[in-house]
Amino acid sequence: MIGELGHFALALAFAFSALLAFIPLIGVARGHGGQMALARPLTYGMFIFTLISFIALVWGFLANDFSIAYVANNSNTALPAIYRFTAVWGSHEGSFLLWMLVQASWAAALALFSNRLPLVFAARVLAVMGMIGVGFYLFMLLTSNPFERTIPLIPVDGRDLNPLLQDPGMIIHPPLLYMGYVGFSVAFAFAIAALLGGRLDSAWARWSRPWTIAAWVFLTLGIMVGSWWAYYELGWGGWWFWDPVENASFMPWLAGTALMHSLAVTEKRGTFKSWTVLLAIAAFSLSLLGTFLVRSGVLVSVHAFAADPTRGMFLLGFLGVVIAGSLLLYAIRAAKVQSHSRYDLFSREVLLLGNNVVLVTATVVVMIGTLLPLFFQQLGLGNISIGEPFFDEMFMWLTIPFAIILGLGPLTRWRRQGFSEIRNSLGLALLLAVILGFALPWIFADVVHGLAALGLILALWVVFTTVAELRMRVASREQKLPALVKLGRSHWGMVLGHLGFAVMVIGIAMVQNYEVERTVRMGPGDTFEERGYVFSFEEMYEWQGPNFISDTATFRVTRTDGSRVGIIKSEKRFYTVTRQMQTQTGLQVNPFRDLYIALGEELEDGSWAVRIHIKPFVRWIWGGSILMAIGGIFSMTDKRYRLRRRLRAERIREHDVAEQEAKA
Amino acid sequence: MNPRRKKRFIMTSGILGGVAIATALVLYALSQNIDLFYTPTEIIEGKGSEQVHPEVGQRIRIGGLVVPGSVRREGSGLTVSFNLIDSGPAEVIVDFEGILPDLFREGQGIVAQGVLIEPNRLLASEVLARHDEEYMPPALAEALKGIEHVPPSQWSDDDYRNNKDDDNESGGGYDR
Repeated sequence: MIGELGHFALALAFAFSALLAFIPLIGVARGHGGQMALARPLTYGMFIFTLISFIALVWGFLANDFSIAYVANNSNTALPAIYRFTAVWGSHEGSFLLWMLVQASWAAALALFSNRLPLVFAARVLAVMGMIGVGFYLFMLLTSNPFERTIPLIPVDGRDLNPLLQDPGMIIHPPLLYMGYVGFSVAFAFAIAALLGGRLDSAWARWSRPWTIAAWVFLTLGIMVGSWWAYYELGWGGWWFWDPVENASFMPWLAGTALMHSLAVTEKRGTFKSWTVLLAIAAFSLSLLGTFLVRSGVLVSVHAFAADPTRGMFLLGFLGVVIAGSLLLYAIRAAKVQSHSRYDLFSREVLLLGNNVVLVTATVVVMIGTLLPLFFQQLGLGNISIGEPFFDEMFMWLTIPFAIILGLGPLTRWRRQGFSEIRNSLGLALLLAVILGFALPWIFADVVHGLAALGLILALWVVFTTVAELRMRVASREQKLPALVKLGRSHWGMVLGHLGFAVMVIGIAMVQNYEVERTVRMGPGDTFEERGYVFSFEEMYEWQGPNFISDTATFRVTRTDGSRVGIIKSEKRFYTVTRQMQTQTGLQVNPFRDLYIALGEELEDGSWAVRIHIKPFVRWIWGGSILMAIGGIFSMTDKRYRLRRRLRAERIREHDVAEQEAKA
Repeated sequence: MNPRRKKRFIMTSGILGGVAIATALVLYALSQNIDLFYTPTEIIEGKGSEQVHPEVGQRIRIGGLVVPGSVRREGSGLTVSFNLIDSGPAEVIVDFEGILPDLFREGQGIVAQGVLIEPNRLLASEVLARHDEEYMPPALAEALKGIEHVPPSQWSDDDYRNNKDDDNESGGGYDR
């Protein structure tokens, strides 16, 4: 019964989205205020019924209703309650329902805050959200109904959740990632609404910017949690695999980062307008491309969902409609957009253009590496794979210009910058970066790897130029500290974002060049020494978990001089329902290195194949991502997005009047 | 050229130059890192109508089923060898030093990446088995058309896991 209610609510949500997709637009065309104002209640309706549907599926899991096929396939009575809840998004249908809930939440949040926008514009934005909703709801109802019944053959118990997904990472990774993915639909809706209205101005950029940054923050955190989860859960010791599905989330991130910076130019300088719109379209299209890659079964990956050709065809069709439709609109409208702003070759505009060029190139590189094998296969040219070295090499090359530009950008002024004014700060930053870039690896490890030094120099260049920029901002002030605080959240957001990038580059450079991986054969009582650490295999014991049996090994880690470092427990679990083995890695963490132990298989004589990693600075990769996300939060909560309501109300009236006139 | 055109010219040529360099780099990196996929039969008998054999020393990917009973360890080390087969009778030996993935099992489809060291022997740097046991790499499924693949969940208990979990098998059955 509850299952049918959920299904019915989903159908109602579809109906709301269908109404939302055209009634407000008719209102706009006719100049009918009442029809435009309907956009908000329709959005709330879409959200509420999606929420009801989602709750119905959650109830199915918590109540162990195995008459729902999706619950039977992904849950089990022995599964702990928290994982019964997260199992809701453990497979294709349920995760898409979560996706829809996120999409409807973004739309509802937009509606809630849309009283700051002119009614015409809000109506258009919400209508575009409705159109996107139509596509997604249809996809759910036609190809992936999560409320399918198993009646009359109701199973006694469920098949259990995939053991890889029985982990705290599962609680937050998918929701964060979807918030980011779907969040770009808001930036897209703003862009399309602006194109529909034929007015691309800095007001549009200012409205769109906090939403875009919010989506970007979620996507950054989502990818970061995914990387951290894969690191300890998959037991391979890697933090990024250039797996096609990772790439699918990385492409919209790169495009979104470019969009964020390009929006800054559009807001502040009123230029790059049509380029910004194109990026907004690209970011969302790449999100959809990712959805297609993951859910159509065309990919070989740890993440990919079960293959079903009709789903793939539907998503491909939807992707085609979105891209073709928005580009057509772009072609018709963007030609009219003109920028009148002038700038010199050495100016912040040009450097931000450089940032965009590098980020777009990076997106294209990832796309080539991900899609080329698919094209080869489809064209019958044979089966190929493109390995990690391709991506590693390309990104090393791309990081160099990116970091150089990143250091210069904040120091330069809009429109024009004389080089001589900043020559001294730049020279000092470069000198310090080069000296420390070589000195730090030498102090840390005695051996200087060229690539590690390069990474450190680039990262330190970013750090020192950022510091130089802050010093420059307060140079003329008497009281330095209050002046620094007064710079504003938006400015601090930028500083944190850039420092976060530097921290991440340091982490990557160190872990890629100085990590140690050893596979050894060890039994209880054996010890193994590496890089000043002594790993002693103390004991092996078996215990029974709720739905698994675990073999747990205890390792005591000491320094060569005998001082204690800690105990590491590493597990091999056997999940009895799914009959799968699962490695639980053991970790001993401090800010400068991770000790990482994964158990392999048991050998004949009772000893085990054990893999031991020492990973210097690996935490900095995720720490840097968190810093970037905090920077984003600072930026989007800047005063100018919050406290201008009264002023804005005035402007909104003007905007409306102008638009009505433009129409007449 | 007036200054404005000159500026545009510099910017355009800068971007074009960058694109050219990027393209060259992409093509170079691609040529170094594309790995072709083979099945054991294709390695022994050649691939396609022209019977192309991979050369010894070439980096390739191979996909096949692990021949039951072929997994063996060399001495006390961690080197493991096993045979891969597709439609048969050709078998290719894979050597691998390290830890096999959790889902590696005899009879199951896997993909190995590595260097061909003899015409029928691969030194693998990576062995991949998927998280879903019913799963077959699409490339392998294609090559194996017409061969019956029994998903592990339908195997009899004996050849599944030898000792300690047998008593748990009756626990959570799924009613089909």
